Amino acid sequence: MDVKDIIKPENLVYERTKNLTDKALSYCPGCGHGVVHRLTMEVLEELQITQDTIGVASVGCSVLAYEFMNIDMTQAPHGRATAAATGIKRCWPDKYVFTYQGDGDLAAIGTAETIHSCNRGENFTVIFINNGIYGMTGGQMAPTTLPGMKSSTTPYGREVELMGNPIKMTELVAQLPGTYYVTRQSVHTPANVRKAKKAIRIAFENQKLNKGLSFVEIVSNCNSGWKMTPVDSNIWMEENMFPFYPLGDIKVNGELVTK
Amino acid sequence: MGELKLMKGNEAVAEAAIRAGVDAYFGYPITPQSEVMEYLAAEQPHKRTGMVLLQAESEIAAINMVYGAASTGKKAMTSSSSPGISLKMEGISYLAGAELPCVVVNVVRGGPGLGTIQPSQADYFQATKGGGHGDYHMLVLAPASVQEMSDFVKLGFDLAFKYRNPVMILSDGVIGQMMEKVELFDPIPRCTEFNEEWMLTGKTADREKRVVTSLDLDSAKMEKHNLDLVAKYKKMQENEVRYEEFQVEDAEYLFVAYGCSARICQKTVKIAREMGHKVGLLRPITLYPYPSKRLNELADRLKGILSVELNSGQMIEDVKLAVNGKTKVEHYGRMGGMIHSPEQVLCAFEEFLLK
Amino acid sequence: MNEEIIIAGFGGQGVLSMGKILAYSGIMRNLEVSWMPSYGPEMRGGTANVTVILSEERISSPIINIFDSAIILNQQSLDKFERKVRPGGLLLYDTNGITRHPERTDIDIYQVEAAAESARIDNLRVFNMIVLGAYLKLKDFLKLEHVIEGLEKSLPPRYHHLIEANADALKIGMNIVKPYSAELAK
Repeated sequence: MDVKDIIKPENLVYERTKNLTDKALSYCPGCGHGVVHRLTMEVLEELQITQDTIGVASVGCSVLAYEFMNIDMTQAPHGRATAAATGIKRCWPDKYVFTYQGDGDLAAIGTAETIHSCNRGENFTVIFINNGIYGMTGGQMAPTTLPGMKSSTTPYGREVELMGNPIKMTELVAQLPGTYYVTRQSVHTPANVRKAKKAIRIAFENQKLNKGLSFVEIVSNCNSGWKMTPVDSNIWMEENMFPFYPLGDIKVNGELVTK
Repeated sequence: MGELKLMKGNEAVAEAAIRAGVDAYFGYPITPQSEVMEYLAAEQPHKRTGMVLLQAESEIAAINMVYGAASTGKKAMTSSSSPGISLKMEGISYLAGAELPCVVVNVVRGGPGLGTIQPSQADYFQATKGGGHGDYHMLVLAPASVQEMSDFVKLGFDLAFKYRNPVMILSDGVIGQMMEKVELFDPIPRCTEFNEEWMLTGKTADREKRVVTSLDLDSAKMEKHNLDLVAKYKKMQENEVRYEEFQVEDAEYLFVAYGCSARICQKTVKIAREMGHKVGLLRPITLYPYPSKRLNELADRLKGILSVELNSGQMIEDVKLAVNGKTKVEHYGRMGGMIHSPEQVLCAFEEFLLK
Repeated sequence: MNEEIIIAGFGGQGVLSMGKILAYSGIMRNLEVSWMPSYGPEMRGGTANVTVILSEERISSPIINIFDSAIILNQQSLDKFERKVRPGGLLLYDTNGITRHPERTDIDIYQVEAAAESARIDNLRVFNMIVLGAYLKLKDFLKLEHVIEGLEKSLPPRYHHLIEANADALKIGMNIVKPYSAELAK
């Protein structure tokens, strides 16, 4: 049997979505960004809404998201992605609009824009990658950096007395009446990837309901910033990040999930 | 003749926005321009034209909402006053870098810092020299009447889309707060065609994706982008210089003033002429691009120029560059919200140019 | 003609709206008009003033320092603007609360007891219309009907039932305005 005999349409079990470009990802090997890019693009293809979707890239490692996502996108100033998305969605209420932001962008410099977009109940999707660090600028402390966690600006670990506490944006925005769906996921195992994709799918489907903002946090590793191997970083994430940032739905259909 | 109304400058901006077919206005309150959003809110523009009106959580959010809307080819605008415009500068730099059209109105008040809520022209440098980071220019229109506050909204969007560049309407507390008779232009329907290759409308299978960004990590490509911007600004300098002259034909001396100072100087010209001084006035209407060529021509026969501005001397730098040493150039201007009277300008003229 | 007017008093006395009605009346006469307020945080109690210019020609400066007419409604404004009336110009003031009366002898001075009169007819809200009526009596370039047309144009229809009371107040002002001589008062 030859390779040519295998490469046939009827044998096809998996295909990369057309919503991703051929450009090689610039993310570090082991980083979660690539998976979340793929999941988001697959969801648009499966929902057949690519032609009606406008994305907003932010500032951080994913600043060049538009190079990899084969869709119409704009690139917002640092922290302002949800404001830009508000401008788009208000003018185009029938389009699907999403932002793709990291924790430095969304939870520090963009806190006001995030909170107020959520509170106004803007009818778009926020995809929030939380890796507890500023990845692109070289591993500085982020608002989400855990107590005691080392970064280039907290080389001896984050001292809460000096630097304050990490912020749980997802729990915070879940309290606002304008959010309709708030969830926290991860993409470090196949099972989690499947769950995360389902969450992203719901977050886009919700836009049809016009009931408010859908907010999907993905807790991710940053093996380069954390200075670990990809495997070690995932173990460290499970042991340290998840206890502080527990996975699961926080708000579904506008109702807080009681545990 | 269009409908005549007595309106404040700020109200004229708001009414003109609806009539110019603006798709979205994103604002934030600040004195002395709050009437823009208040007027719009009372008019319910979504009922009149479908125009979006949203009070943002900050000036920063407002300009970024403009950025988002403009990315899709919509006519989006915002307005503010000096401290708020400083906050918008980041967004304006991005809009300029991403080559997006929009109109930003600055009803200038005195500074620095929180300054005063009273009129000023202290934001000339900020408006004409970039203001935000990076090499860029806005096209800057300086209205001197309530009529122009209305007309320049329409003109501003025409120019913004022609050059894919932010346009600033640099007004001041006098023009924003005063009422005059305005002839309103006939409403233009909102645009429904978004066919230009830069407008984000959602990628269809039959075309390439579209990206709006100001970023290029490849320095060679970024330099090319900068050069393209320079070429665009040069085109503006060739085609868009606008100014108005009063009694310049036989003038020996010239006032150069824009906005409310130009109105004040017009009266000074009248008084000075009654006293026998041959004085004229050149009013730049575009502050960027600046009417440098015309000033240079006039400088050949002028004994002196007085740049009259409500600031410590900002536009005078452009006047000096334009006349290139051909004639004496002096500055006069009150600050901090104080406004020079026509008589005070006359005294300055006598002191700086006649003595 | 060209008439440059300052109206000054306390915030809440209807200074700005009087100026606005005057400007609208000018439009009814096809004049060029400008209305430039002192603006600021004072809504009530602080000082408020507005410069109104009515002209047959295009108006140059909306900011002026010398006025053809001053309409003065409190002591601070009298102190500030009496000296800014051009020689031969007009000063019209309400005597209510005035302890130092005008002293110039090179201008025409008139009094209107509008505050007292509006209290007497139990309609304090038409105070400024009584003052405006007095001004109309003294200036012949505007007629009562221009002002009433101006009111119709400037007021939303839901307030049009108030126009009659305002017209009456204008007439009261026209009747009660009286000359004052600083020379005789000495």
